[in-house]
Amino acid sequence: MKQKISALLFGTALTLAASGALAQDKTVKVGVLTDNSGLYSDLGGAGSTLAAQMAIEDSGLAAKGWKIDLISADHQNKPDIATTIARQWIDVEKVDIFMDVLNSGVALAVNNLVKEKNAVMINTGAATSDLTNAQCSPNTIHWVYDTYMLANSTGQALVKSGGDTWYFLTADYAFGHALERDTAAVVTKSGGKVIGNVRHPLNSSDFSSFLLQAQASKAKIVGMANAGGDTTNTIKQASEFGIVAGGQKLAGLLLFITDVHSLGLKVAQGLNFTETFYWDLNDDTRAFSKRFSERMKNKAMPSMVQAGVYSGLVHYFKTLDAMGGNPHDGIKVVEKMKAAPTDDPLFGKGTIRADGRKLHPAYLFEVKKPAESKGPWDYYKLIGTTPGDQAFRPLSESACPLVKK
Amino acid sequence: MQALYAQLLVGLINGSFYALLSLGLAVIFGMLNIINFAHGALYMMGAFCAYFLLNLAGIGYWPALIIAPIVVGIFGMILERTMLQWLSGLDHLYGLLLTFGIALIVQGVFQNYFGSSGLPYAIPDELKGGMNLGFMFLPIYRGWVVVFSLIVCLATWYLIEKTRLGANLRAATENPTLVRAFGINVPRMITLTYGLGVGLAALAGVLSAPINQVRPLMGADLIIVVFAVVVIGGMGSIMGSIITGFSLGVIEGLTKYFYPEASNTVVFVLMVLVLLVKPTGLTGRAA
Repeated sequence: MKQKISALLFGTALTLAASGALAQDKTVKVGVLTDNSGLYSDLGGAGSTLAAQMAIEDSGLAAKGWKIDLISADHQNKPDIATTIARQWIDVEKVDIFMDVLNSGVALAVNNLVKEKNAVMINTGAATSDLTNAQCSPNTIHWVYDTYMLANSTGQALVKSGGDTWYFLTADYAFGHALERDTAAVVTKSGGKVIGNVRHPLNSSDFSSFLLQAQASKAKIVGMANAGGDTTNTIKQASEFGIVAGGQKLAGLLLFITDVHSLGLKVAQGLNFTETFYWDLNDDTRAFSKRFSERMKNKAMPSMVQAGVYSGLVHYFKTLDAMGGNPHDGIKVVEKMKAAPTDDPLFGKGTIRADGRKLHPAYLFEVKKPAESKGPWDYYKLIGTTPGDQAFRPLSESACPLVKK
Repeated sequence: MQALYAQLLVGLINGSFYALLSLGLAVIFGMLNIINFAHGALYMMGAFCAYFLLNLAGIGYWPALIIAPIVVGIFGMILERTMLQWLSGLDHLYGLLLTFGIALIVQGVFQNYFGSSGLPYAIPDELKGGMNLGFMFLPIYRGWVVVFSLIVCLATWYLIEKTRLGANLRAATENPTLVRAFGINVPRMITLTYGLGVGLAALAGVLSAPINQVRPLMGADLIIVVFAVVVIGGMGSIMGSIITGFSLGVIEGLTKYFYPEASNTVVFVLMVLVLLVKPTGLTGRAA
């Protein structure tokens, strides 16, 4: 009797498994894990969720029988909170793909979990280049920018134009350290010299002490290895202490359009920095940004992080469409994504490398003078472009185990 | 050595914000027995008020220094009349939770409409530029902040400790029934006191608007430090909070020079030490 029952059960299980394989599973869940309330919420936050929503609507997958769900959560820039949410998302909510995941500390923590659980992460928000170097993962694609690229583009340009002595003002966590390290390497390689640094706690409001130290160093360039509210406050207070008037130059190593908007052109004019997306690059970016801005509560234009969420999902959905279903094996999906060249309206044509690095051009911008700006959000002048294959860390220097040498 | 002088001065500047904010807290705690967690949010409202005055009505910095504290002060008095007054006589915890809730709501509403990066507010033309002091470049605006907040702090101290009005107020907190018997309207006085404390927070907000971005979370970042200042100085002690405010600014400034990574925590380390040695704070009297 016992044998009979177990045989029956075994048979049922086989049938179920077989029917599961035959009928394609066409459900997928997108999770936008970002800073919804803190200092980075303008450059990611609700805008990233909106970008994901637009990518889902534009994908046309619903018409092909796909069911796509979207959820979003606030990781509060805390790696422990982020991993708790991520664990719950994977185990309970069955999230297949993590988008945005800004903040390098958070990204590195979630990166490990996503690998362990075989999900997918397209990171569009974090800066640390470790995501595709020593910490690279077969489940992660780093989409928009990284510290190596920023250092390479902005750092090199500034040393070339005569800024050969540097002092770093660095946010004291994974991202700031990575950005300082990568930029210092570029500066030294290009013949410049780093003469000092000071590390400030994340989310400081007063930078005058640090700025005085930078001023006393007499370095030609004060490199700001920080982001978001920290950068805007540094720039604002630097003008108060006459840093630029005294002949030193500020280098914004990571600036977003939302930062420039917040500073106003009067304070921000003349700053040089690198981004990989600007809303006013071409007709495609303008069309998307107009649609995006109309749906934003404060009518903001998309930052490169938010644009990256859209662009990353466009490629992800194309891959799912080609696969026809069963999107739950993270490594397999990412392999398929790496195999196909990318092409979307925001970042143009590109490729994804074996180490998970997405390649596209990097643009060196200068902030316009108030008189040059024709209207709200008209902030940047393009002054240089580095092609995608030269902008990022070459594979020959990579410490990523996924790269076959 | 030169760098050290500069750090001392910068510390004094930050100290003046701590002093102004902790003074407001001390006034409110000393007179109303409320731990006002909404103080940071009200400070932020002061800065936003200055921003709105400039951008919507074209009213500049100087009038804003007077108008913003009054507007936010009135908002505070409405809070006191409609909510806080019902908590008098209850445990401190209730006031703390209520004001904390108010702070979260106010910040949430502002963040919903203005995002997190903040809005620009320029330094008034009269105070632009700076002086070379030999050992550092002092922005004139920062100098003005130190002088002005020192004057406001001392004036508040004088008002509460040395005038007849202040005496009535202090008497009312000791024994409200008796003071009422002398024909003094105690509830109205308490409302006005809360308004004064809130007005001080808003004034600090206007002062800081040209230095920091006007951001919904600007108060949340500051309020915890300010509470530590109040605790170190002694809850409810007016002079204690003024002196601690300035001196903690200086200590923090020195930490930023000698060991910058610890600059966010040094105030709390001091708070723990003070509480261990003298639980009532440096100038506090035993309850």
